[in-house]
Amino acid sequence: MIHIPDFAHASTVQIIFCFLAFITLLTAFLAIFSRNPIHSALYLVISFFSIAGHYLLLNSQFLAIVHVIVYSGAIMILFLFTIMLMNLNKQNEVHKPRITRLGAIVSFCLICIVLIMIFINSKPIEGEYIATGEDYQSINVLGRVLLNEYMVPFEFASILLLTAMIGVVLLSKKEKTEK
Amino acid sequence: MDSTIIIEKSVIILVVFAITMVMAMYSTLAERKIAAWLQDRVGPNRAGKGGILQPLADGLKLFSKEEFEPDTPNRFLFFTGPAIAMSTALMTSAVIPWGDKFHLFGRDIILQASNIDNALLYIFAILSIGVYGIMIGGWASNNKFSLMGAVRAGSQMVSYEIAMGLSMIALLMMTGTLSLREISLQQEGMQWNVFYQPLSFLIFLICSFAETNRTPFDLAECESELIGGYHTEYSSMKMGFYLFAEYASMFISSTILAVLFFGGYNYPGISWAVENWGVNIANLIGIGVLFAKICFFIFFYMWVRWTIPRFRYDQLMNLGWKILIPLSIVNIMITGIVILRHEIAVFLGF
Amino acid sequence: MSIETISLSGRKVQVSNKEMTFLERLYLVAIVKGLLITLKHLFSRKVTIQYPEQVRTMSPVYRGQHMLKRDEQGRENCTACGLCALSCPAEAITMKAAERKANEKHLYREEKYAEIYEINMLRCIFCGLCEEACPKDAIYLTTSKVLVPSSYEREDFIFGKDKLVMPLEMAMKNAQLNNAN
Repeated sequence: MIHIPDFAHASTVQIIFCFLAFITLLTAFLAIFSRNPIHSALYLVISFFSIAGHYLLLNSQFLAIVHVIVYSGAIMILFLFTIMLMNLNKQNEVHKPRITRLGAIVSFCLICIVLIMIFINSKPIEGEYIATGEDYQSINVLGRVLLNEYMVPFEFASILLLTAMIGVVLLSKKEKTEK
Repeated sequence: MDSTIIIEKSVIILVVFAITMVMAMYSTLAERKIAAWLQDRVGPNRAGKGGILQPLADGLKLFSKEEFEPDTPNRFLFFTGPAIAMSTALMTSAVIPWGDKFHLFGRDIILQASNIDNALLYIFAILSIGVYGIMIGGWASNNKFSLMGAVRAGSQMVSYEIAMGLSMIALLMMTGTLSLREISLQQEGMQWNVFYQPLSFLIFLICSFAETNRTPFDLAECESELIGGYHTEYSSMKMGFYLFAEYASMFISSTILAVLFFGGYNYPGISWAVENWGVNIANLIGIGVLFAKICFFIFFYMWVRWTIPRFRYDQLMNLGWKILIPLSIVNIMITGIVILRHEIAVFLGF
Repeated sequence: MSIETISLSGRKVQVSNKEMTFLERLYLVAIVKGLLITLKHLFSRKVTIQYPEQVRTMSPVYRGQHMLKRDEQGRENCTACGLCALSCPAEAITMKAAERKANEKHLYREEKYAEIYEINMLRCIFCGLCEEACPKDAIYLTTSKVLVPSSYEREDFIFGKDKLVMPLEMAMKNAQLNNAN
């Protein structure tokens, strides 16, 4: 069922994977559990970096770098930014009603059960990777694939982003007071 | 992978590291000297002949200064800030082609630590991480001025990264590659990108001023409002690391400017030099030319510093979001039209 | 001629708030102009004086540390009349007079001399009024061309005769110079 690798004969990639996976999970948990919001944001940044490491292990350089640029470089900076400016203290921590907490625990348990069932029942993919002879690390190849085969989803993603942008501009624009 | 490649690459990495350090060190001297000359003064000239040992004296002073720490609950983050700033400033030099290739010991040695395909994206990734050094350090200082500096630096760098990336896209549409080595090779002789993409160069130049936190965009540490900005609470060598990181990143961004827009190691008549004097000598001249370009840009940074006063914060944001970003989008459109001019002509039926 | 149009220096410029043209609003031309100005200064003559090696020439009317003069024979000029102390606006000078003994004729020119002569250099404003008041040409600020040295103690700034009286060798040299002329 679950294959436990032989650590004595593990290859370099496997060791790096284990290390990265450990860091990813550890920092992700720390991000949830740490009391200080800035600390959790920083743990999340480390988690993102280790995920970029996973991408590198999967031979996708481009994805790793873009992940670093977008997630660690832009989104988390904005996160940190807001947290730093919000001045979160212990005093003004929001108290949630007990029923909400109970609901959260129940739903988390349900999700856990579902995930565990999926992991137990899923079969690992046996078989070799199919070598297409194309280097998907190269942006040339990636761009060609994105703009030929997956043209429509790609453009839809950009339309989605445009919509989000217009929405943000609308929301942030001050309403003119009518006299 | 044979061991010669490992040796070759480690030698290159060591040399590049040493050169970056020395350049950053002497940038501090150059900054003080140029500041003095532009203000009709002489500048530091007591340590060594003409002040040549001044950086060593400065370093020694910083090392021997008292280590002061604010009363902060985040001591670890307080240490991490300068460390991140320094390492990100040095990491970028890995993908820069310092020269073409040497032909030594019967093999071609490419003067580049790592010739990756996504070199330019890598540089952008490192640049975007660079903010963390400032933000973490500023926040962990437990000081309002530091926090203000950190927040300013963060928002400034994130906003200017966008304009920088967009200005880069216009260039990339022309070059068709992200590899810095190929971009250098394409600009052989005098076919420098700055002649084809002047607007892109201008935007990139302005943005690199903002990214390195140099005047006129040094709002993160502006003395008149924030004491020292994000490094108010730092002292001794931690402060030195921040200062050093600033100069190292200035050196690196000058290098990127030289490689992307001013032909890197190319100079007029490089092919003639290769034919007549051999690869090695032509390449040595190339390295010299690259460093001359880099030195010019470092000088330019300092020259601008003592010419243009600091921006106000709203002016900075206006410039970034309302002028540079639309301008670079227009530049992308113009570049696209020029690249596809034949297709458009056919489409319109000329 | 109305007051608005008068320009004494001849460089008066009327400030105008006219709309800037597009080229001006780009500021690129202005920036290049500014860069050229600073570049010009890069090559201009430096004004620094390398202090310990180079010393700026002092003006002839420079007033430095006081000096109680001696005459050609090395005798002190001061007769302790107290006019300098009287004229001093900062009340920096005190003195105590004494009568000259018979065997002191080679030391003091007049029958009366200053046994104690003190100037508080912290109070002194170096106005030179004592020099002007002196009827015997005894006290001078202009000849010494020496700065009052710094010190950590306040007492060190009360200069007695040991620091104020002209050294004998200097008086001898002056006498030789006078004879030569």
